[in-house]
Amino acid sequence: MSGVRVLVGTRKGAFILTSDVRRQKWDVSGPHFGGWEIYHMKGSPVDPNRIYASQSSSWFGQVIQRSSDGGQTWEPVGNQFAYQGDPGTHQWYDGTPHPWEFKRVWHLEPSLTDADEVYAGVEDAAIFRSRDGGQSWQELPGLRACQGPKWQPGAGGMCLHTILLDPQNPLRIFIAISAAGAFRTDDGGQTWRPINQGLRSEYIPDPNAEIGHCVHRIALHPSRPEVLFMQKHWDVMRSDNAGDLWREVSGNLPSDFGFPIDVHAHEPETIYVVPIKSDSEHYPPEGKLRVYRSRTGGDDWEALTNGLPQQDCYVNVLRDAMAVDRCDPCGVYFGTTGGQVYASPDGGDNWSAIVRDLPAVTSVEVQTL
Amino acid sequence: MQRRRLLVELIVMVRVILPLHLRTLAQVDGEVELPVAGEPTQRTILDALEARYPMLRGTVRDYSTQQRRAFLRFFACNEDVSHQSPDEPLPSPVASGIEPFMIVGAIAGG
Repeated sequence: MSGVRVLVGTRKGAFILTSDVRRQKWDVSGPHFGGWEIYHMKGSPVDPNRIYASQSSSWFGQVIQRSSDGGQTWEPVGNQFAYQGDPGTHQWYDGTPHPWEFKRVWHLEPSLTDADEVYAGVEDAAIFRSRDGGQSWQELPGLRACQGPKWQPGAGGMCLHTILLDPQNPLRIFIAISAAGAFRTDDGGQTWRPINQGLRSEYIPDPNAEIGHCVHRIALHPSRPEVLFMQKHWDVMRSDNAGDLWREVSGNLPSDFGFPIDVHAHEPETIYVVPIKSDSEHYPPEGKLRVYRSRTGGDDWEALTNGLPQQDCYVNVLRDAMAVDRCDPCGVYFGTTGGQVYASPDGGDNWSAIVRDLPAVTSVEVQTL
Repeated sequence: MQRRRLLVELIVMVRVILPLHLRTLAQVDGEVELPVAGEPTQRTILDALEARYPMLRGTVRDYSTQQRRAFLRFFACNEDVSHQSPDEPLPSPVASGIEPFMIVGAIAGG
């Protein structure tokens, strides 16, 4: 390992932070695409110099950028995301039918085996795939066949925000949608099914419904892809059977509302969340920014505070704004709506801001080089 | 020979001013000059713009509807022509390249 590259998406551009493996001194490059919203950037596991970025704006719509040199230079690639066939309608906030309309790409997930293959999770919720390095995009429409007309947006829009590729089964993909729930394909994306059994959401008419849950984020460890962790709107959940059944593991968290969740690179039972006070107060409880770590896969949680502000802190941490590196010890990173990116080079024991005063951070991804 | 001359005469050069972020995306400085086939209209100008700069496809007009994006406006000779038909001929100073066709971003916060 030679170093770490942190890809930071913000409301007004992209930033790239680099360090050697000691992760003490950081160089900051950016803003790239200044003035544009960068919902997500992610590098290919096959070729780390291949990075994809989702660039969007209310004025000019969606652009996809691609770098082949680790983010030094970029080229715009295909930005046409056309739903296959007539997408019909989904439910609007008031329950009336609303036409499906593409708005933006929330998440880009490069293939584990091919640098030219990449998936895109979009709003209004759908999954697209490119097999030519982002030049053209094709929807996998079988997902919308999973009761799509009944899906409804969350407050942030009806977004497909999480895509997890199973490293042990190339035909299996997990996705999550706010506010439809989690879904899984076992045939490479042709057919999908909801995997929401065990979720309970008191804020929807049927708390145990098959779809309609506001899943904020799911995560897995590559060595055990059948074990999933979920931060739901409220509740932290766990499944030991690839989402067939979930159980709550919120345990002693001060609040089980939040957005990101991630797994330690070397300890599959060590997971991280950032509790947020509530769904109407998007800031940490008591003004204390605390990452919570469980070394038991949930239920028992410890607050990680060393180096994080413990008073008067009212930032949020968005769902795609946490990531881990593969160094030893494992580094953990997250960005805030206040523009700080915090890093812990020791699994969460100690934190420092490796950059601060950026625009609001929408996403953080880490490449271990 | 007669047919060839007619084709040549139908190509006119128009000037287009892009908003800053689209100039950056297209990697151009200042205004752009575009050859437009036939009578310049919003549609023929935007077709020529997207043909020359494919990275601008979808950024001025929505891909699926071909409608102008809501936060953009089109001006010709200082007149807002955003709500005119995309096939309506533009004023002759724009059609002859004396005045630019302007694509203007809405003044909006954020």
